[in-house]
Amino acid sequence: METYGKSGVRRVIPGEYLASDPKGRACMLASVEKNKLVYVLNRDGQKEVRISSPLEAHKPGALVFALAALDTGYENPAWAALEVDYTESDQDYTGQAYRDIEKQLVYYELDLGLNHVVRKWSDAVDRTANLLFQVPGGTDGPSGVLVCGQESITYRHSNQDAFRVPIPRRRGATEDPSRRRYIICGVMHKMRGAGAFFFLLQSEDGDIFKVTLELASDDNDNKTGEVERLNIKYFDTVPPATNLCILKSGFLYVATENGDQYFYQFEKLGDDDNEMVFTSDDYPADTTAPYEAPYFHPRPLENMSRSVGIPCMNPITDCKVANLTNDDANQIYTLSGTGAHGALKTLRHGLEVSEIVESELPAKPTAVWTIKRTANDTSDAYIILSFATGTLVLSVGETVEEASDTGFLTSTPTLAVQQFGEDTLIQVYPKGIRQILANGEIKEWPSPQHRSIVAATSNQRQVAIALSSGELVYFEADSDNTLAEYDEKRQMSGGVTALSLGELPPGRLRTNFLAVGCDDSTVRIMSVAPDTCLESKSVQALTSPPSALNIMAMPDSSSGGSSLYLHIGLFSGVYLRTVIDEVTGDLSDTRTRFLGAKPAKLFRVMVKERPSILALSTRAWLGYSDSQTQAFTLTPLNYGGLEWGWNFTNEQCPEGIVGIQGKNLRIFTIDDLAENLLSESVTLRYTPRKFVLHQDYSLFYVIETENNVLPPHLREQLQNDPSVVNGDAAVLPPEDFGYPKGEKHWSSCIQVVDPVSEKEVLYTVELAENEAAVSISIAPFASQDDERFLVVGTGKDMVLQPGAPLSSTCGFIHIYRFLENGKELELIHKTKMDQPPLALLGFQGRLLVGLGKELHIFDLGLKQLLRKAKASVVPSLLVGLQTQGSRIVCSDVRESVTYVVYKHQETRLIPFVDDVVSRHTTCTTMVDYQTTAGGDKFGNLWLVRCPQAVSESSDEEGGGLHLLHEKGYLNGTPNRLDLMIHFYVQDVPVALQKAPLVAGGKDVIIWAGIQGTIGVLVPFLSREDVDFFQSLEMHLRADDAPLAGRDHLAYRSYYVPVKGVIDGDLCERFLVLDRGTKERVAAEMDRTVREVERKVQDIRTRFAF
Amino acid sequence: MADKLRAQQQLEQLQARYIGTTHPDTTKFEWTSNIMRDSYASYVGHQPLLHYMAIGYGEPKEKIRAFFLNKMIQPVGKPPEVQE
Repeated sequence: METYGKSGVRRVIPGEYLASDPKGRACMLASVEKNKLVYVLNRDGQKEVRISSPLEAHKPGALVFALAALDTGYENPAWAALEVDYTESDQDYTGQAYRDIEKQLVYYELDLGLNHVVRKWSDAVDRTANLLFQVPGGTDGPSGVLVCGQESITYRHSNQDAFRVPIPRRRGATEDPSRRRYIICGVMHKMRGAGAFFFLLQSEDGDIFKVTLELASDDNDNKTGEVERLNIKYFDTVPPATNLCILKSGFLYVATENGDQYFYQFEKLGDDDNEMVFTSDDYPADTTAPYEAPYFHPRPLENMSRSVGIPCMNPITDCKVANLTNDDANQIYTLSGTGAHGALKTLRHGLEVSEIVESELPAKPTAVWTIKRTANDTSDAYIILSFATGTLVLSVGETVEEASDTGFLTSTPTLAVQQFGEDTLIQVYPKGIRQILANGEIKEWPSPQHRSIVAATSNQRQVAIALSSGELVYFEADSDNTLAEYDEKRQMSGGVTALSLGELPPGRLRTNFLAVGCDDSTVRIMSVAPDTCLESKSVQALTSPPSALNIMAMPDSSSGGSSLYLHIGLFSGVYLRTVIDEVTGDLSDTRTRFLGAKPAKLFRVMVKERPSILALSTRAWLGYSDSQTQAFTLTPLNYGGLEWGWNFTNEQCPEGIVGIQGKNLRIFTIDDLAENLLSESVTLRYTPRKFVLHQDYSLFYVIETENNVLPPHLREQLQNDPSVVNGDAAVLPPEDFGYPKGEKHWSSCIQVVDPVSEKEVLYTVELAENEAAVSISIAPFASQDDERFLVVGTGKDMVLQPGAPLSSTCGFIHIYRFLENGKELELIHKTKMDQPPLALLGFQGRLLVGLGKELHIFDLGLKQLLRKAKASVVPSLLVGLQTQGSRIVCSDVRESVTYVVYKHQETRLIPFVDDVVSRHTTCTTMVDYQTTAGGDKFGNLWLVRCPQAVSESSDEEGGGLHLLHEKGYLNGTPNRLDLMIHFYVQDVPVALQKAPLVAGGKDVIIWAGIQGTIGVLVPFLSREDVDFFQSLEMHLRADDAPLAGRDHLAYRSYYVPVKGVIDGDLCERFLVLDRGTKERVAAEMDRTVREVERKVQDIRTRFAF
Repeated sequence: MADKLRAQQQLEQLQARYIGTTHPDTTKFEWTSNIMRDSYASYVGHQPLLHYMAIGYGEPKEKIRAFFLNKMIQPVGKPPEVQE
C-alpha cells in the first residue's frame, strides 16, 4: 500500500482519473493538471498484487479532461488522455493563442522492458471532447478510443483514419431542432466470440445509443483490422446516469445521477428493428465541416424492460422533522429527486412486515400459541387460542380448521401449552395441568384446593408454575415423557406475575435458571438444578412489577459468541434487557427502553434464523442482533395494535409469526432486518427546492422549479401547432424522457402535499410569465388579525449559468390565502421587487425579506406589501433567515452569518455581530438565543455563538443608538462570533433542525446532505462521557485506520480543524472490530468490552435509532 | 553570492515541482489564475459539491464537470499586455 495525496483532493493530486490496462499489467492515475503516475502491477506466487514504485509522466500546464486505457492486447500497455495545454495562452495577451487552443488526444506507452513511460503519439481532436471510451484491441478489435464531444462521437487511433458520427437529436413538437447534445456516460460490451463488441452511450437527455464499428474485409472476406465505418442508432431511453454497467446475466445497471437506481433486463440488442442507422460514411470527420443533423423519434422502451429499482434518497434538497401521524416519535420528511422523479419522502423508524393471513374470530382471544405434535416435527400441528371462557384448537394442514378430539380441554381458558418430552402435549389451565400422551391417554395434575395457577412457563423438559398463593411448583420430564413433580416448593413473598425458564439448550436436559417476577417489583433468578432446586441466586429491583419475562440465548457482540439474556417487560411499559451470568446467575449490564403506555409482553420468535424478542406494548417492537455488528437492536414493527405473538412454522412459511390484533388472527413475516427505515413517497412535478409545513393542517407546501425547461403553456402551444407533423405529435411522459428543454425558460410550481392521510398532491399552482419560485414561508400578519398566509418569493427571467452570477429582470412576492383547510390556495396579490427575494420569514406579525444584501420588513397591504424598514446587513447575498425574539440571524451566501437586532420603536435593523470565517452557508438553525448551527457548501457543520456581553448589550432598552454608533471592526460589524464546534461531514448539508428523534428523547441536531445523508449531532451531557468518547476515538484512529491509510483527524479537519465534535461513526466501528483489538482497546481504556459497547450503543439508542 | 544563487535555484526547483509557488514578480493575473484553477479543480474533485451545483443548474454532472475543466484553461480572462 502506498498512501499519497494526504493534503486532500487538489488539482495536482493524481486521483481524479484511474485507468487500468485491460490485461491488468499496469494502471495510470492522473490528476486534473500536470501529474500522471503509472504503477506496474506484479503478482507474486499467492496471486497477491504488488505495486511498483510509480513512474512519472508529468507534463506542466496540461489539463486532463478524460483518461482511458488502450486495449493493446499483449503489447506494451498504453493509455489515451484528452489534454489541453494552457502554457501558451497564459502568455499571449492578444487572446489568439487561447482561440487557437486545440484539444489533444495523447497516447502514453509504458515500456515494460525499459520500465519507463513515453508520450507516444498525439493528435488534435474536437475542442468540445469530454469523454473517452476504450475500443477492444488485440484479437478482439482494432484498438483505439471513441472520443465523445458536443454532438460528435469519433473513432480515433494512431494508425487509423478518424471516423465520426453525430449524436442524433430528438425529433418532436416540443424539441428544439438545433440543440446539440453531449454524451454523459456509456459502457463498452464485448460479446462472446472474438471481434464482436458494441457501445451503449447515453446522452444528457437519457437516450441510449448503440454504437458499433465495422471492420474492412480483404479479398478473401477476412477481417483486416482496419476500421471501415462507425454506426450509431437509437437504443432506448433511461434516466440520465453517472455510469452504466452490463451484467453477464443480461441486465443493464443504471447508476442514475438523481433518484432511484434501476436494473433493466435486455430483451434484444436492437439488431433487427426499424430504427434509423447513421453511419460515418455520411458525416465528415472534421466537426467544423457542415453536415445535415440526424434526428430520431424517442419511444418507450423496446430493447429492455425495467426490472428492479433500488430506492435511493440521493439527492435531498430539503428536510424537516415533525410528528404529523401522532406516533410517539417524530418522522423525517425529505424532498428528494429531480425533474419528474422529484418526491416528498416520509421516513420512519421501523421494520417492514408482510402479512400472509388475516381472519376474523367470533370473540376476542386473549392468547394464541402454536404447537408441534412431536419433538422431531418441523411444522406446527395446532394453533391454540385462549378466550375468556374457553379454548379453541385449530389444526394446521393444507387448510386451517377447527379440530375436535385433540385431548385439549376446551371449556376453560388456557395459560400455556407445550410440546413436552418426545411426544406429549401439555396444557396448563387455571385449575391444573393436562398431559396428552401420544397414545391418546390423558393425565391430569390438579392444582391444590382453593388455589389456582396464575403463571406458567415451560420448555421441552421443564415446567414451572406459580399458584395464586405465591407458591412455586416445578416439574421435569420423566422417562415416559410425563411430568414428575419436585418436592421442593417455594413460597414467594408476594404474588407472582411472570415466570420464565428459557429454551432448552441443544443436547442438554434442563436449563439452570428460572426467572420469577413478583408484584413487589422484583425479579429473582432461581436455580432449578437438582441439588439446589428453587434456591434464589440473584435479585433485581425494578421500577414497576414485571408483566413478562423471557430468558433467551442470543448472539452477543461483547462476548463474541452467544449470551444468556433476561428480557423483562414491566407493567409501566418499560422494557429491560439484562445479561445472566451462566454460572452464578448474576444479572449485569441492564439496558432500558420505553416501549409504550401499555404493559409490555414478550415473546420469543425466530426471524432470519436468529432468536429474536417480540416486545408488545402500544407498539410492536422486535429485538434482534444486528447482522453486521451483532449488537442488540430494538426496532418498532410497522404493524399496529398487536396484542400477542407466537412463532408459526410450516412448509409455506418457515418463519412466520401468528398474532392477535383485536378480534383478528393474523399471520405475518418479517423479511428484512437490514433495513430499519420505512419510506413512503409522494411524487411531485418538478425538482423540489424548499418546503414549509403548516402545523394546523399537517400539510406541506413545496416549491418546485426546473431550469431551462419549457413551461406547460408553451409545451401545449407547440404541441397544438397545426404545422406539427403526425409523427412528432406524440407526448412523451416526462418521468421517462424528462421535460422538453428550452433555453432561458423556467417551469415552476407550488404544490400542496398531504403525506399523512391522502398521501398525494392535493393542489398545484403553476407559475406563469417565466417566474420561478425561490423561497417560501408561512407568515401571520398582525394587520390581518394574525391570519396566516403563504408567502412565495419568485424571480423573473432568471439566468443561471455556471461561472456567472445569477441575473434576473425582477422578483416578486406572492401572497396566498389558505382555503378549504389549506387544501387550496388563493392568490391575494403579488408585489414587485428589484431582485428575487431569496429568504422569507414571518417576524412579529410582519414579513422579513432578504433582497440581495438588504433585509427588508414588509407589512401586508390591500394591494401590495408595504415596506416598513430596510437595512443593508450582509456583505454579498442574503440567503437564509432565522429568528428568536427581536434577534434575526441572516446567512450570507459566502460570508457566514450576521446577527441583526430589530429596534421596535425606531423600526431600525442593526447588524451587531458577524463571523471571522467566510462560510458559504447553505442552511442554519438557531440552537438557542445565542447560538446558531449551520452547514456550508464544502461539507462542514459548525456552531457559532454570540458572546454573552454582546448579546446583552444588543437587547438593551431604547433605540439602539449605542449599537449604531459603535465603530465597525475590519469592514464588518463591531463584534465577532465565537466558533463553538466545527466538523467536516463530506456531504453538503442542505437542512438542519433541532428536534428529538425518539419517543421521550432529548433534542438533537438533525442534518440532511445533498447526497442523501441524514445525520444527527448528539449533545453530551456529562464531562465523563466526553472523556470516554474522546479516548475511544483516539484509540480507534490508531487501531482502525482507514483502508487507504489516510489520517482520520486530517479528514475531519479538511477545511477547518475539527473542534468540539467526536466522530460517532468512528466510535461505532468499535462494534465491528475483531475480538482481540476490542479487548486491547477496552483494556487500554480500563474498561471491559461490554462496558465500552454499552456506552457506544447507549448514546445511539438514547437519541436516535 | 553562491548562497544567493543556490537559493535562487532551489526556488526555481520548487516552482517547477509545485504549481502555484510564487516568486517576487508574480503578477495579479498569475496569482488569480492559480486561485481560480485551484477552485475549479476542487469543484470537479469533490463530488457532493459538483452534485450540488449540477442540481442548481439543472444539468448533468458530466456537463458541469467538462465546463469547469474548460474554464481552467483561462479562468480569469486574457493575460495583461506585457510592457517591455
